[in-house]
Amino acid sequence: MTTMTLRPSTPAARVRSILTIARLTLREAMRKRVIWALLVLSVLLLTLTAWGFSQLSGMDTSMGRLTSGQSRLLASQLLNLVMFGMSMIVALGTAFLAGPTLGGELESGVSLAMVARPVHRSSVLLGKWLGLVVFGSVYICIAGLAQMLVVRVTVSYWPPSPILALGLLALETIVLLTLALLLSSLISPLASGITTVGLFGATWVAGVVGGIGAALDNDGVARVGTISAILLPTDGLWRGAMHAIQDPTALIQMDAAAEGFPFISSSSLSAAYFAWVVIWIVIVLTLCLVSFRRRAI
Amino acid sequence: MSSVADSPGSLAVWCNGLTKRFGRREAVHSVSLEVRRGEVVGLLGANGAGKTTLIKMMLGLVRPDAGEVMLLGQPGTDPLSRLRVGYLPELFRYQPWLNADEVLKLHGRLAHTQLSADDRLELLSMVGLHDRAVDRVGDFSKGMQQRLGLAVALVGDPELIVLDEPTSALDPLGRVEVRDLVLKLRDRGVAVLLNSHLIGEVERVCDRVVILDHGRLVAGGTLAELLGQRKVTLRLNNVTEQAHERLRASGVVEREKDRYTVTVSDGSGDDGAGTDNFDSADADVSRLVADLVGLGVHVYGVERSRISLEDRLLGILRAGAESDSTRDVGS
Repeated sequence: MTTMTLRPSTPAARVRSILTIARLTLREAMRKRVIWALLVLSVLLLTLTAWGFSQLSGMDTSMGRLTSGQSRLLASQLLNLVMFGMSMIVALGTAFLAGPTLGGELESGVSLAMVARPVHRSSVLLGKWLGLVVFGSVYICIAGLAQMLVVRVTVSYWPPSPILALGLLALETIVLLTLALLLSSLISPLASGITTVGLFGATWVAGVVGGIGAALDNDGVARVGTISAILLPTDGLWRGAMHAIQDPTALIQMDAAAEGFPFISSSSLSAAYFAWVVIWIVIVLTLCLVSFRRRAI
Repeated sequence: MSSVADSPGSLAVWCNGLTKRFGRREAVHSVSLEVRRGEVVGLLGANGAGKTTLIKMMLGLVRPDAGEVMLLGQPGTDPLSRLRVGYLPELFRYQPWLNADEVLKLHGRLAHTQLSADDRLELLSMVGLHDRAVDRVGDFSKGMQQRLGLAVALVGDPELIVLDEPTSALDPLGRVEVRDLVLKLRDRGVAVLLNSHLIGEVERVCDRVVILDHGRLVAGGTLAELLGQRKVTLRLNNVTEQAHERLRASGVVEREKDRYTVTVSDGSGDDGAGTDNFDSADADVSRLVADLVGLGVHVYGVERSRISLEDRLLGILRAGAESDSTRDVGS
């Protein structure tokens, strides 16, 4: 047999190992049924929204026919709602992909032969994380962009900052998959998926509760949203994304009540919060690395 | 076990004082082990003896609580020490969504080795899977997955191969093929550490054997060293106390009705397992029978046999179990 060994001690070899695992994770995502479930749900959502938005223009209401301005405003709110659904589909899909890709391989024994190779465990973990990041980010960007185009074609509404919105939605997905990866290195793959989704939902609810608290000037209740957005930044990022999607006039028209409304964001994302999200991802990924390096396989 | 010249750096495997606890249970206790390059070493022991944990500690899959490992001259803590190491795990599972060829390609990349399509086909041919290269691993039978695992273990021209129960899912033909493969690897100078419950398999291919019991290394050596014992079974009647003493003078005596089995140590310097150097033992047995007849014992039958590896293993494991129960009663 003729084999040529590459120099394995160089940083380039380490990067190559990470990319090999990342490619494998992407291939896993493409070949497993999760991609089809995501595709079917996304196409369904796009089709339904295309039909729904097309009905908005010129719709008769009890107050008379909607003007194009009102349609745009309504479309902006509905787009937030639909994008929430879209981000949820991708977040859930990625969370349920992240669990099996690490925890499932540990449980089934697939990891045994791989980790016994001359690769650092950190390379295996970073490769899986990178693969999931690419998968989740690309998917949310494509699905999100398709959704925005549907709204543009049907009611001529285009979000003020579409790239920022898609970037924040991708970051939200990254936060969630990083958490799912950490949990799957500690508990069973299914339990990690369920816990991740549960925490995602709980944070969103806490964000709504916080918004209601802010609308009612109740600092204690408002703090619930703030604390949850720090502990798990998915809702904070989602609110930032909403702000980038929605029509700026919506806030003026809805006034103070906007804070209590779950599909309107009253402020854009601060640089400090963005920095915290990056630190949060680094911390959770580091914890994941520590847990994975110590784990008996 | 090894000569003074065998420095840790020159060995395929060098482990010193490996210890692992899982909660309150000590899975492996201070095990030191060496495998020389080009040597086939068998790892034997009952279920739960700590064999797989020991292997996993060697390969960096389980972190030892104490002790050190060197693989092919490099510290086991460095993943690069596994650059020329192949491993077939006891639990052999490969990505079910990949095909056999893709699994080999993946392991080639992870082993920092470039495998051409011909190389991969050659590997698959070696394990009888050349016609299944593009079939999904998820559709493979257990036996086929184990064969694929063997091919994976051979990726990257390994100098050390660790096989953990390599024939557990194979049919008799497959077992013979694996045995031949191990012998071929030895001929090529590849060191093999073989963990197997199939004692016949171990006896046929291994140069040395180490036996683990309750996480401790309880015996080890070449087959000649381990099997340097013989049994003489005599059917006797009218055995007096004097005759008993004569029997005991020859070795350890076990009695079942009129059958007396005497286990005698072979001090004849037998130079290999399986060779029957019975000359001196013959004389011993002749003298024993003559003495017994002289003491008035009626001798109805004499049967001599070599202690098999299975007998030796069972003897060691039973002795371990008995000493455990004695300890339990005493404590």
